Amino acid sequence: MRVHFNNQGNLRNFRSFVESLDFSEPQKLEITTHDKWITVHPANLVLTAALAIKVGRSNSVILGKVPDTGRYLDRMGLYKLTKTKSPFEYREKEPAGRFVPLSVIRTAEDQSRFIADMIPLLHLSEENATIVKYVIGELVRNVLEHAKASEGAIVAAQYYRKTNRVSIGICDTGIGLWKSLQTYWSPKTDAEALNLALTPGVTGTTRREGGSSENAGAGLFFIKSIAKITRNYFAIYSGSAEYTLHKHDKRVSAPRLFADPAQDPHNETGDAPSLNGTLVAVDITLDETPELKQLLTGIGEVYDRAIRERKRVKYHEPRFI
Amino acid sequence: MIEMQQLVGSFAENKDIAKRIRIEQIMPALSKGKEVVIDFDGVSGATQSFIHALISDPIREFRDVAYANLAFKNANDDIRAIISIVYRYMQESLSGEENDQS
Repeated sequence: MRVHFNNQGNLRNFRSFVESLDFSEPQKLEITTHDKWITVHPANLVLTAALAIKVGRSNSVILGKVPDTGRYLDRMGLYKLTKTKSPFEYREKEPAGRFVPLSVIRTAEDQSRFIADMIPLLHLSEENATIVKYVIGELVRNVLEHAKASEGAIVAAQYYRKTNRVSIGICDTGIGLWKSLQTYWSPKTDAEALNLALTPGVTGTTRREGGSSENAGAGLFFIKSIAKITRNYFAIYSGSAEYTLHKHDKRVSAPRLFADPAQDPHNETGDAPSLNGTLVAVDITLDETPELKQLLTGIGEVYDRAIRERKRVKYHEPRFI
Repeated sequence: MIEMQQLVGSFAENKDIAKRIRIEQIMPALSKGKEVVIDFDGVSGATQSFIHALISDPIREFRDVAYANLAFKNANDDIRAIISIVYRYMQESLSGEENDQS
């Protein structure tokens, strides 16, 4: 397998990163970089780390000339997952920035510990911390519960001071969305599975409205909606399907939420290199974030509407003769 | 009274704990018609999936008994919003089930 980090590693360009992936020769991983400058979104990083963990340290290598900005790969912990020795050295007291390095979460206890430990690393206010905890809590739990990923969830996050934004990436090499939705929803393709996974009320554990005792099928819809309301990108990639929610136009005062992910401004493909697992990534601009209460209430109303509309489809129609 | 902070810490996201509280405390109390007070003092936030795992089954199983006997104390605005969301969509879902059963 081959992964290349270029100088445009953000969610806006996530599709081009995905298209550049090469999953041939799945027993080894080669990582290359742009030779002068790299920018790496946590999404790209967690995907690469997940692959490195899958094939093992001895089969993963970082090749070629890595520019000075590649120091970031070391800081985030990618070199440790490969057999390549980091060429970067640090002076004591060098500012570490505000990031959460690559972390592996395998259990619910790991998750709680991670969430408690990560907030001081990002130096967020209590209000902003709550929304980041919320997003990570929901996304990691999805992996632990549905992905059947023996290597767990690989998580990383970065705070960007200039844009006052937190970027989060979570990836696993588990069964993927298509397989996890087979029992109750039987999607035919990865793209169909991905669309179902983003639809409010769809869970891999039941077809019953309101969900099962533990799942409502709301998690991904809520996270995508948070990204939309805060005018940010959201990306999800599983199997050969990839979906990126576009950043909402600032000229529109209140982005409207839709239950159907196809109605949101986005690009999607069902023809990406096939990832065995699932990746979810989201940006959250803290300036643009309304109070969580307000955010969730609006999202909850769309969720209710989706249930009502699905139920209406099942209503008996009058028999006119 | 269920004191959540002692069980979940300052942020409620571990659904395994939610499930345990539901099975060991909420469901048995409601089945006897007792009041259950869930105290969120010291808890700054919760995920929707945590709250769903905590109260959706009691609502589905006990309906009016749950609405009358479940009470939430010291829930901040965010947690109140999430509890309200779960209440709304569960009732929305169950009204259909009642129609199907009638």
